[in-house]
Amino acid sequence: MFGIAVDGVAYGMILFIISVGLSVTLGLMRVVNLAHGAFAMVGGYVASYAAQTLGLPYAAALVVAVALTVLATLPLETLLYRRIYGHANELSQVLLTIGLTFVIVACVNYLFGPTLKRIPLPDALLGTVSLGPKAIPTHRAFVIGMGAVTLLGLWWLLERTDFGIRLRAAVDDPAMAAALGIRTERLYMATFALGTGLAALGGVLGAELLPLEPYYAIRYIVLFLAVVAVGGAGSIFGSAAAALALGVTDTAGKYLIPNFGEFFFYAALILILFRWPHGFFKGRTA
Amino acid sequence: MATHLRTALFGAVFGLALGVGGASAATVKVGVIAPFSGPFAMVGKTFKEAIAVYQAENGKTVGGDTVEFIFKDLDQANPAQSKALAQELIVKEKVGYLAGFFFTPDALAVAPLIDEANIPAVIFNAATSAITEKSPRYVRTSFTLWQNTVPLAEHMARQGIKTVVTAVSDYGPGIDGETAFKTTFEKSGGKVVDTIRMPLKSNDFAPFMQRIKDSGAEAIYAFLPAGPTTLAFAKAFADNGLKEKGIKFFGPGDITQEPDLPALGDAALGITTTFNYSQAHDSAKNKAFLAKHKELFGSSDTVTFTSVGAYDGAHVIYQMIQKTGGKPDGLKAVDAVKGMSWESPRGPLTINPDSRHVTQTIYLRTVEKVDGKLQNTEQAAFADQPDYGYKVGK
Repeated sequence: MFGIAVDGVAYGMILFIISVGLSVTLGLMRVVNLAHGAFAMVGGYVASYAAQTLGLPYAAALVVAVALTVLATLPLETLLYRRIYGHANELSQVLLTIGLTFVIVACVNYLFGPTLKRIPLPDALLGTVSLGPKAIPTHRAFVIGMGAVTLLGLWWLLERTDFGIRLRAAVDDPAMAAALGIRTERLYMATFALGTGLAALGGVLGAELLPLEPYYAIRYIVLFLAVVAVGGAGSIFGSAAAALALGVTDTAGKYLIPNFGEFFFYAALILILFRWPHGFFKGRTA
Repeated sequence: MATHLRTALFGAVFGLALGVGGASAATVKVGVIAPFSGPFAMVGKTFKEAIAVYQAENGKTVGGDTVEFIFKDLDQANPAQSKALAQELIVKEKVGYLAGFFFTPDALAVAPLIDEANIPAVIFNAATSAITEKSPRYVRTSFTLWQNTVPLAEHMARQGIKTVVTAVSDYGPGIDGETAFKTTFEKSGGKVVDTIRMPLKSNDFAPFMQRIKDSGAEAIYAFLPAGPTTLAFAKAFADNGLKEKGIKFFGPGDITQEPDLPALGDAALGITTTFNYSQAHDSAKNKAFLAKHKELFGSSDTVTFTSVGAYDGAHVIYQMIQKTGGKPDGLKAVDAVKGMSWESPRGPLTINPDSRHVTQTIYLRTVEKVDGKLQNTEQAAFADQPDYGYKVGK
């Protein structure tokens, strides 16, 4: 039982870290960003290239991946995303971002080829750590820690800083915020950068579980959307709670009745959304 | 009614096609249906390259007829699309042969077409035993799950392994593997303590690993389709301490196919598999094949089981064309290669006259690191393995 709980929490934390970027773009900025998976994949590929071909250590590869992904996607914000912000543009958002996903998939396939890529782990993250009677892979423990840090960091950023206050104001009433002298365009750009940076972070940290290949961007997008939908758009704690709930349900289901497969994951998704149609924590933008 | 009309129309069109195409017979076209884009694009690439190697070695003509391969992209398992492509190839391109087929449903879907048009279909991969039962015009040059699993189960029993857990992906070939393993292993005196069927889309394998650990089995038999899930599975096996605990990892060779080995990394070390082809197979024919491949494409790192499937498939098609003198008659062409034996890069092959599937040597291999590169090193060979799954339970 303890084993299931530990594995479930570990899986949930990985789900959280790979979906939290989407929670920022979809939840706070109200952009249905289906290219989230593609940004995560770009981050993963950059890290893989930096670590394997350039021989950078893991931590450096991680930083390079996040930084380069943010730099590469910022022009996209100015050129494309800026035109589709807002409630009325949901169809355009879906069309644009899914198109962007296909373009990125094709580029990655062309540049890196269709084979699986890996990000070599440093020795410190290999092996297992024991938690009482249960041993879990060190890498997973590391991801849990990073997840917790991200969670607290985002909470602090959004609730306790000037940036967070302005951002919340800009999201709630863009016209009023602008009238009060808040530079909403810059604010949106920064938030977009935050979202893609988190996507890249998730792509790198989650690569052990969701291996990198060109179709990563499309293969796992349902998983990301499920976590954000259950958590409630825009709520960081909601996403964390959702990821943990789904992780534990899925793990318990697979352990106890493996032949039912993914049944429990989707059953939990349906039941939670039936009871809380807006997710666990109704987002501040709703 | 609609079906009858379509059949009649189709017959008429094909009849005309024969009338026109039969007169000159200077070019024999072969339609290859396989994934050339999408997540399985690697497969199409290996098919195409292997055919190019075969043509580079053996020329592009057979008895005065030029052989032309036409490639059609089918990016995922999609039987309706497979049928549509086959129809297009037969009616529009007037192909005399169909080939390729990575997924079982895609191969099965063309059975009525090849019977109606009397065209042979040479399967380069699709590995469910039942396929060749569905039409007398199927010939297969790959392997089946039964063919790989039976010698493995017998080997494990001989090693004194008593308890095994099977963990397979929950789809056709996975269940074929599970059945083949359970039947053979229990007949040899072993015990399968748990059978786990994992969803094809699983990402997290930790719960399955915990279950395997708790079952107390000495070894696992695992089968997943080659690709990202296999990688996650092998990693989970190492990461969750099953390897340390001494649980032995066995399975068919799909899980350690050559293109995936670099990504699997050290997690793959020690995995023991049975399969029909290893890039590291030590024979003159294989060395020549790899050398030619490298000469044409710059690298032979991705040469794998789908490569030899296509290479030998091309050989079978060449033989069919030669033995029928380039005249289009599917049944005659298939009859002409029944019982045929030849030497392939993987070893000796014979087409079994009943199952029209290749009888071949299945090798026992272990993943090892040689000169810093992972490879499937052959440990033992089980000669003349037929498709044990042909008409099983019929």
